[in-house]
Amino acid sequence: MKRFVHFLLLLGIWLLLTWSLHWQEVLVGVVVALIADLLLGDIFPLNAVKILSPVRFFWFLVYTVTFFFYVIKANFDVAYRVLNINLPIKPGIVKVRTKLNTEMARTFLANSITLTPGTLSVDIVGDHIYVHWINISTDDPKQETEIIVERFEKLLERVFE
Amino acid sequence: MNETIGLILLIVGVSFDVIGCIGLVRLPDIYNRLQAATKCVTLGTCMILLSVLFYTGFNPIAIKALLCIWFVLMTSPTGAHAIARAAHRSGIRLWEKSVMDKYADDREGSEDKA
Repeated sequence: MKRFVHFLLLLGIWLLLTWSLHWQEVLVGVVVALIADLLLGDIFPLNAVKILSPVRFFWFLVYTVTFFFYVIKANFDVAYRVLNINLPIKPGIVKVRTKLNTEMARTFLANSITLTPGTLSVDIVGDHIYVHWINISTDDPKQETEIIVERFEKLLERVFE
Repeated sequence: MNETIGLILLIVGVSFDVIGCIGLVRLPDIYNRLQAATKCVTLGTCMILLSVLFYTGFNPIAIKALLCIWFVLMTSPTGAHAIARAAHRSGIRLWEKSVMDKYADDREGSEDKA
């Protein structure tokens, strides 16, 4: 079952990429999807499919909008720091804690942290994420967690947990 | 009209890419450089791909561009994450004016125990 869902997903992406229903294209797509499925089917997270319920999907859309808002903000932040003649940075690696448990949610959280203003996730050990922060504004781990993690954690909890 | 939107997106996207490249040159160490590179180049490239959608209209090329946006968004932070982790593990120090490095502190602690 799990492998079949994975296979259909891969085949769908292939058909979108080629955008034709000629039998040769479909045949090659089936073969490629089968090979990829056999090689990588084990690491496909099946619980990601549960995002298809309407409530979760709604929160996923909310998450997407928030995410793009922060991505654009992050770009202006970088532009400000890079183009400023004094180079206003104060970098370091801090340690924050996450409440998320599923791998999918953590992946999204780490990716979101990387693309939001001034932060870059470096490693996950247990419940802690090590984050490189370009402009450290506080020494207190609790406040760090609040600033870096919480803006996404609540949304991702509703989407994936 | 759509062409105009496409061109504007293209110009903004390329400007963000340029800012990312300036960041690569100006910032001091690999971690700061990765920050500039990932953020700016991801959004810049996504905007360029989106401009393809507006410029050519909704056709197979635009669908490929949309799929590429998804791939870039998923893979570029993961790549940055892998590079940063590998750099830290192979002993590349942070910039000397960095404020703190909890990762190095914790790893030294665990090595002492082991």
